Amino acid sequence: MYTPADTAAPSLTWNLAHDAAQVLEYHFMVNALLAGSAVAVAAGLAGWVMLVRREAFAGHTLAMMAFPGASAAALAGVAAGWGYLSFCIVGALAISRLPGGARGSWREEPAGIGVVQALALGLGFLFVSLYGGVLGDLEGLLFGEVLGVSDGQVLELAVVAVLVAAVLAGIARPLLLSSVDPAGGLARGLPVKALSAGFLVLLGATVAATSQVTGPLLVFALLVMPAASAQALSTRPTTSLIASVAIALLAVWLGLGLAYFSVYPPGFYIATVAFAIYLLARAAAAAAARRRRRVHGPAPAPGRPLAPEAV
Amino acid sequence: MLGQEYVRNAVLAGSVIALACGVCGWFVVLRGQVFAGDALSHVAFPGALAAAALGLDERVGLFAATVAAGGAIALLGRGALAGRGGRAAGVEPAGDTTIGVLFTFILAVGVFFLTLFSRSSGGGVGIQAAHTLFGSIFGLGAGEAALAAVLAGAVLAAVLAIGRPLLFASVAPEIAGARGVPTRLLGFAFLVLLGVIAAEASQAVGALLLLGLLAGPAAAAHRLLPGTGASVALAAGLALVSMWGGLALAYAVPSLPPSTAVIAIATGIYLAARAWR
Repeated sequence: MYTPADTAAPSLTWNLAHDAAQVLEYHFMVNALLAGSAVAVAAGLAGWVMLVRREAFAGHTLAMMAFPGASAAALAGVAAGWGYLSFCIVGALAISRLPGGARGSWREEPAGIGVVQALALGLGFLFVSLYGGVLGDLEGLLFGEVLGVSDGQVLELAVVAVLVAAVLAGIARPLLLSSVDPAGGLARGLPVKALSAGFLVLLGATVAATSQVTGPLLVFALLVMPAASAQALSTRPTTSLIASVAIALLAVWLGLGLAYFSVYPPGFYIATVAFAIYLLARAAAAAAARRRRRVHGPAPAPGRPLAPEAV
Repeated sequence: MLGQEYVRNAVLAGSVIALACGVCGWFVVLRGQVFAGDALSHVAFPGALAAAALGLDERVGLFAATVAAGGAIALLGRGALAGRGGRAAGVEPAGDTTIGVLFTFILAVGVFFLTLFSRSSGGGVGIQAAHTLFGSIFGLGAGEAALAAVLAGAVLAAVLAIGRPLLFASVAPEIAGARGVPTRLLGFAFLVLLGVIAAEASQAVGALLLLGLLAGPAAAAHRLLPGTGASVALAAGLALVSMWGGLALAYAVPSLPPSTAVIAIATGIYLAARAWR
């Protein structure tokens, strides 16, 4: 039972201002919120582009690189982050070399991505058994380590977020054009292949940063769920891009706040909050479509969130 | 090598699972559902953990989770499939957004159970999780191997039984629908069967490595042979070669885990097919 004098264990009260103040008293929570915010901005932006490009499977495969990356790093005796980053980049380059487009009645790209992921996980398993010992980081590998982020790591994550945002802003127009209409992009002389490879490498860096907060298994909580909610809410690129970042930030703050008052890992709460927002957004979009149908007759079929002419 | 009982068990279970994965994988690649298959293999992990937390047999959780997820992806993906230009335009059917959202939430629930569990039972959890994720084909008993072979054989027979209408519904969904082929029902049934094979294979080759057996041989077969019958048979054969080769390799090199060896050979086959044509 909660008593006002009980300050030893954190507990949630109905006084939200008091709760927030309680959370912010601790340096590790401030660091976690800063790191989470930086990652949310990067993931909200890169995830939104990832969904427009329909590369969710590639993003998921890059997230899985955490396992071979961390175990190879343990084997080589270097920091896990470096192993993760190098496997992410190699994976991104391997995926970008896969032949895109339809080959008759089937497409090779998803199958090739599946092979890349399976091979990476198989290698990770091999490294673990060669290492012999127990991977001390297994918990961190599954859950992320946001509650133990140091000041230096906050700075690193902030740098990654700024870089991702800056590069995306710089290549936004050609990247979006070549995403929604690759043939048109080629016809206008855009380097479609280079843009595609560049974006995958950027996505790899974002995934590696996001996994610090959510754990590699749950990176999609920030990469897919906010972007999917935003694209359900608005079909305008700018509005939905801003909404994606805002929803990612909201999910991180609420998730970290809830995790502070409980024993379960932050990634679980962030994913649950983001999932709840996604369900609300889908419900709101469905209600809006019903209302439109009643007023204007049948609405256009819900298809790609972004029509080529909208860019 | 075959004198050892554990190797015979592994070869028995592995062969039938490989055949089923090869045939299912051929359709998975044709239908552009590799991500769905991948999601199913990840869902096995929370399923097993949830069953363990509830005190049930691990296998009950595995099958319940993968079959339920297969059905859910089929039902939820439907909306996304309906309003699209379809595969004629070369776009992937069934929203990968939906799959990404769904399986991330299920994984989050798995993480919840893992925490819940590690608080009550101490250190055994990590090992249990690793077992579900990576399988232990050389650790199968005779009864388990026979059960695995029977289940995989049943899935293989079921997929072959619905093979013709499934092919029609995959290549030309509109025409098949107009001809009275129940395309939605077939899509649903196929994903449920895929869920069964995912649960089954996750015990043998591991949930995370199932993907290589589904995607690698099938992609190679699609590349090498354009037709249907011979191409499906080739996919099954290549999966079988990966399995046998991997088991032999792992037997010869004890420090190499069998799952890694199987996947490495499947990847090698795919790369060779890409180099060839």
